[in-house]
Amino acid sequence: MSQSAPAVAIRHLTKTYRRGGQVVPVLEDISFDIAAGDFVALMGPSGSGKSTLLNLIAGIDRPDSGELRVADVDIMQLDEAGLADWRARNVGFIFQFYNLMPVLTALENVELPLLLTGLAARDRRERVEVALGMVGLSDRMTHYPSELSGGQQQRVAIARAIITDPTILVADEPTGDLDRASADDILALMDRLNGELGKTIIMVTHDPHAAQRARRTRHLEKGLLTD
Amino acid sequence: MYLLKLILRNALRHKLRTLLTVLGLLVAILSFGLLQTVVDAWYTGANSAAPDRLVIRSAVSLVVPLPVHYRDKIRAIDGVRSVASANWFAGVYQEPKNFFPQFAIDPATYLAMYPEYRIHPDQLRDFMRDRKGAVVGRKLADTYGFKLGDVVPLRGTIFAGNWEFVVRAIYEGATPKTDTSQFFFHWEYLNETVRTRAPQRANQVGVFVVQVRDVSRAAEISATIDAQFRNSPAETLTETEKAFQIGFIKQTEAIVIAIRIVSFVVIFIILAVMANTMAMTARERVGEHATLKALGFGPGFLGGLIYGESLTIAFAGAGLGVLLTFPVADWFGAKMGTLFPVFEVSTETVWLQFACALVVGVAAAVVPAWRAARVRIVEGLRAVG
Repeated sequence: MSQSAPAVAIRHLTKTYRRGGQVVPVLEDISFDIAAGDFVALMGPSGSGKSTLLNLIAGIDRPDSGELRVADVDIMQLDEAGLADWRARNVGFIFQFYNLMPVLTALENVELPLLLTGLAARDRRERVEVALGMVGLSDRMTHYPSELSGGQQQRVAIARAIITDPTILVADEPTGDLDRASADDILALMDRLNGELGKTIIMVTHDPHAAQRARRTRHLEKGLLTD
Repeated sequence: MYLLKLILRNALRHKLRTLLTVLGLLVAILSFGLLQTVVDAWYTGANSAAPDRLVIRSAVSLVVPLPVHYRDKIRAIDGVRSVASANWFAGVYQEPKNFFPQFAIDPATYLAMYPEYRIHPDQLRDFMRDRKGAVVGRKLADTYGFKLGDVVPLRGTIFAGNWEFVVRAIYEGATPKTDTSQFFFHWEYLNETVRTRAPQRANQVGVFVVQVRDVSRAAEISATIDAQFRNSPAETLTETEKAFQIGFIKQTEAIVIAIRIVSFVVIFIILAVMANTMAMTARERVGEHATLKALGFGPGFLGGLIYGESLTIAFAGAGLGVLLTFPVADWFGAKMGTLFPVFEVSTETVWLQFACALVVGVAAAVVPAWRAARVRIVEGLRAVG
């Protein structure tokens, strides 16, 4: 990536869905940049297209038209296998419901993305221990998700998201399933990842309190970027 | 290692469901193994037939006897090493359900022709000296508790009257597949008695057994024997011992086919059960599969998880089923007594059982793995929560 290139560059992005034979526009002519190291909150009412936009940026959905470059890579040109490989190296996911594997311990869940890197088991283990230490769960490594609180599970998910040192972190309602105290912990952790480690974070949220943690907020309304 | 751990834990996620599926597989694989063993038992005679032995019977029917004097003419044919005779006796021991094969033989040549029947030399000598003596197989002796010196009374059916034989020898099988459920006695004893009771039936034998010098000439020698007695009052039909045995099996072929069909139907039913289990499993994990795809794992990894889990369950059931097949087959064989002279689980049957497990494991995973590979990440993630 060149020095001046943004982490995410979006130009004239459109996305439609077909519902019962009808074409429903979800995103219309979206254009904006996200600078490397930025922390952007995407806000808007339900159905405004914010999650769809996040999915497109994360490479788990494809737009109808437009241009989408992440870390200077035109991800629209990648085939399915190429896109999967790109996601593994460049995107860290934080989901609303954590999406941890229930049969794996915290340590094994965080280790999961590293299976795609070819690292030796010992190296993987060392990196996992560091990541879990960063999110404050060194003493919960052998616990299964069902043995952890919601906030702890989300911290495991964050450790999993950062374990491969991705270009961007995408978070879809990361505090939507948490109480206020746990949500504040998670937001503080994300703030630290952005501030101390320079991680580029794009977060979808309904919650204005969560959005305040971001450096920048973009609003969507009926598929259009309103500011 | 990581993948194996994940597969194993996934397989044990719903313990009751997995346990019931494994139990179903166990029963299916066990049933399949037993039914295959029954089919094998049916073919034991044919499979243990020696290629250098021919059987000569009446061309009209097996129940029509042949004159004993044919023996000398047969022996004189080029390529014939030795000739023996046997008569089916069909006596009843105590009650009709106690069935076992009984043959009146000319012992010196007949037993020499069947080296797979192992007889202690002392016992063989005792048998040869006693015209009312009998040789019984180990399985037969164990089934009815026959010991050396015991008198065995048989009620004749083909040869009327009450007959008594003294057990002089017990033969062992050269291999586990040797039939040790038979009862042999002296044809001379039979013939002498028949001569006094029904003279017109004397000096006749049921079949001749011929040992040839060169197996490659078996067909030619068979043709020569039959040509020798063509246009005689008792024409012959000569065939290899294997063909002779298969001729018997063909009379009950419909049963064998039915057993074979049932054994594969059992496997098909468990395949449907297993496929349903795997389909439920994959449906429940759509969100997890979508998450794995989002993290960058491809269809191959997801397929590996699903195929691995399906095969783990299939082989767990199969392994237990195969292990249980042996004691259950032993028990079943013992219960059947001498109806099945040999009831052994063959290596081929065990391989077939594992092959069935492989087919079930793979086939049950095809559709779930295909669906998991095609799941759209965005749609799959909506299933979470």
